[in-house]
Amino acid sequence: MPEPILTLSGVHTHIGQYHILQGVDLVVPRGGLTVLLGRNGAGKTTTLRTIMGLWKASHGSILFDGRDITRMSTPDIARAGIAYVPESMAVFSELTVRENLYLAARSGPLDGARVDWICGFFPALKKFWHYPAGNLSGGQKQMVAIARAIVEPRKLLLVDEPTKGLAPAIVQSLMMAFRELKDTSTTILLVEQNFNFVKSLGDSVGVMDDGRINHSGAMRDLAHDEALQQRLLGLSLDSHQ
Amino acid sequence: MSATLPVSQTTPDTALPAARRDILPLLLVPALALAVLPFISLPTWVTLTVAGLAMGMMIFIMASGLTLVFGLMSVLNFGHGAFVSVGAFSATMVLLPMRGWLEADSLPANLGVLGLAVLVAMLVTAVLGWAFERVVIMPVYGQHLKQILVTMGGMIVSEQLINVIWGADQIALPLPASLRGAIFLGDAAIEKYRLLAVVVGLAVFAAMFLTLNRTRIGLLIRAGVENGEMVEALGYRVRRLFVGVFAAGSALAGLGGVMWGLYKETLVASMGSEIMVMVFIVVIIGGLGSIEGCFIGALLMALLHNYAGFLAPKLNLVSNIVLMIAILMWRPAGLYSKGKL
Amino acid sequence: MLTRLLSGDLPRSRLLSSVLVLILLGLLLAPFLFPGARPLNTAATICVYIVLVASYDLLLGYTGIVSFAHTMFYGIGAYGIGIALASVDEPAWSVMLIGLALALALTVVLAFVIGLFALRVRAIFYAMITLAVASSFAVLASQLSDFTGGEDGRTFSVPELLSPGFTLMDQEVFGRAVDGKLITYYIVFAGCALLFLFLLRLVNSPFGRVLQAIRENEFRAEAIGYRTMYYRIVANVLAAVVACLAGALMALWLRYVGPKTTLGFEVMTDILLIVVIGGMGTMYGAVIGATLFILAQNYLKTLMGQASELLAGIPMLASALHPDRWMLWLGVLFILSVYFFPIGIVGKLRLRRLRR
Repeated sequence: MPEPILTLSGVHTHIGQYHILQGVDLVVPRGGLTVLLGRNGAGKTTTLRTIMGLWKASHGSILFDGRDITRMSTPDIARAGIAYVPESMAVFSELTVRENLYLAARSGPLDGARVDWICGFFPALKKFWHYPAGNLSGGQKQMVAIARAIVEPRKLLLVDEPTKGLAPAIVQSLMMAFRELKDTSTTILLVEQNFNFVKSLGDSVGVMDDGRINHSGAMRDLAHDEALQQRLLGLSLDSHQ
Repeated sequence: MSATLPVSQTTPDTALPAARRDILPLLLVPALALAVLPFISLPTWVTLTVAGLAMGMMIFIMASGLTLVFGLMSVLNFGHGAFVSVGAFSATMVLLPMRGWLEADSLPANLGVLGLAVLVAMLVTAVLGWAFERVVIMPVYGQHLKQILVTMGGMIVSEQLINVIWGADQIALPLPASLRGAIFLGDAAIEKYRLLAVVVGLAVFAAMFLTLNRTRIGLLIRAGVENGEMVEALGYRVRRLFVGVFAAGSALAGLGGVMWGLYKETLVASMGSEIMVMVFIVVIIGGLGSIEGCFIGALLMALLHNYAGFLAPKLNLVSNIVLMIAILMWRPAGLYSKGKL
Repeated sequence: MLTRLLSGDLPRSRLLSSVLVLILLGLLLAPFLFPGARPLNTAATICVYIVLVASYDLLLGYTGIVSFAHTMFYGIGAYGIGIALASVDEPAWSVMLIGLALALALTVVLAFVIGLFALRVRAIFYAMITLAVASSFAVLASQLSDFTGGEDGRTFSVPELLSPGFTLMDQEVFGRAVDGKLITYYIVFAGCALLFLFLLRLVNSPFGRVLQAIRENEFRAEAIGYRTMYYRIVANVLAAVVACLAGALMALWLRYVGPKTTLGFEVMTDILLIVVIGGMGTMYGAVIGATLFILAQNYLKTLMGQASELLAGIPMLASALHPDRWMLWLGVLFILSVYFFPIGIVGKLRLRRLRR
């Protein structure tokens, strides 16, 4: 089995006086899509931010592609090959869609072929290419945020609740996009609360609660075990839309 | 099964129309100029307008650094005036020894020396700005109260150091020979130096505009103004950007200082702090972080100052404040706010 | 009883208490302890500056507002007295009080309007606006020379009881003639003492506690239910009023009013220096800071002058120690205080007490 692309060992994160991550052990297998599930406040966003270096881990280690990135600065972590799509999307409103993508393409001009590929599953981007990103709808902004993360090939994508607050039709587009991304060599770590969305997408899953991983394993196993779902997530597959 | 409202099958694919460029503030400048035209004879109007434009350009150059730094780093440098003074005084290191060239009535020679002086001034202030950012400002990032206090302290110390290094007396700085006097457009007298100031100001504005809108660095700055954290997450070292912008802003202040010193033809250590009130008003009027707003604000203030000085001298004392209040009542965050009120 | 007088805000440090008592006694008995006009002038200046800086501490240290308009209110108070007394031939108490009343009215209105207009915006914005307003006011004062005496200011006579020529009794008391100057001094002293105790009362009242809550976390204060705008405006007005009264007392003492001594940027920087070095948010910091500052300003400069002469050979060093460069060292001390000394002298003394 190939080396996991990301390994978190005993990661603790403190924010001010709050002890949010209390010893997170997470292994993200190379390639494919790993899902991080959990209720609100479990620490999922904090985990992503800690990996990205936006918040510093107080204990533990984070290994990415063989390198210890625990103490690295955020720009260096990004340059090591990790792209981040935050919950707030953080598109630059004053910049056009094109400029948002251009900024993300660190090594120079935009790769036309790649952009075309992205616009394949996000047609709205082509349409609003020269519009300020701030004028776009929520779903379109999410497309810009994701497009920004993949405008150049990256090793690992960290995506935080992309479907939050979006209409079902847009969620469909995102599903398609992630399926296409899975075919590339990019590994995806996806934080979600929408189990329906991830049950068919995810290859492996980790469930968080109270700043720790309670369960990890193959998505297939969790999807077929309703009792386990009840216990971990407090819901059953059918009742959650 | 729950009753659901019928959901549209098609993806909503309409966005708001691309925002029309907000040119209303830009129209204020010609509006003001034309509004006073009936009250002044044409030749005088020309003279006053050029004087106002020149003064406005110089203040813009000095203020642009301040507003950019604030927009990007949320740092308000109350010591910005120090760079103005230091720039002017540093220029004397070139202008005084080369006085001979300045006395020659040859435009190329004069401009050459001026150019060199400006280069030296901008270099000194850029380095000083870099040092100031690292030593004085970085320790108090995010603490606005301390920033205000510390940068004010920095200004006091700089002014005193200027007195230590260059002496406590005023330094006279006569205009270069070929830039003295005026050219005449019909009956209207236009001072040559003021024309130069307008040209330089426009060039600086154009350069800033192009940099911000057409280059990657400009993109980084505009994005950084909105969300510095995300720019870092995209792999850019925002700290370096900050320091670079700070140094550039200081260099611009230095340039403004040289031009202002020549305009006044005397240098005193406190010239920077004296001009700071006007710079602050311009920055407030323009909207913190907006170059365009700063440009328009500076022109408006200077034009008003010159027109009022001629039409109603007693009123001129408060013309700046009145303008500031008027603009803020129309747009409380300044002409072009970046939403950082 | 002492606790009641100080509104429960005890110095909380033996060293601090002794220094404060020393200062109090020194100021109280100044006319008799130190002969001559200059020490008395220094003492009166210290009294006024204590109140001026303490009222600024109310804004900066307790409410967390940086304002550059404070000297404007100080100047309004001074000019109120000055212009009123200068415009009549016979200086009378009624004229003086009318001038004071007008000054207070103007202060309240201006402070209220500025507060209403500008306190809703960010601190930095407010600081810049107050700077603009205050400097315009200063320019106005120096330009309307018929009214204000312009750059040179105006001298005026005070009511007879306070004038130097007046003597209350023939014999001297402890070597001091009981003249108008003495009486004026004690009026200044008493006025400043009362104002200081008032400020102490204010910051230790429920009102003062809310101010501190707002300074710490405005969002939370709003969430709890305090209308922060109201509190900040009131704090602004009160601080301005005290500054106005301080200005009036100063004018009364100097029998002179002018833009440099009241409205100049130097005064504002002096206040900032004192409040930071003395200790923000302590009130007593103003006492210690003002005393040290005024004493140093008057007597340290001569020391600097001597040192400068000694070093006349070395070019840069000599001019750096020149008494005119007094501000250089003060500025350095100020910057260092903000970084390493944020709790000021008073804070440091109290900390030592706690550590015991």
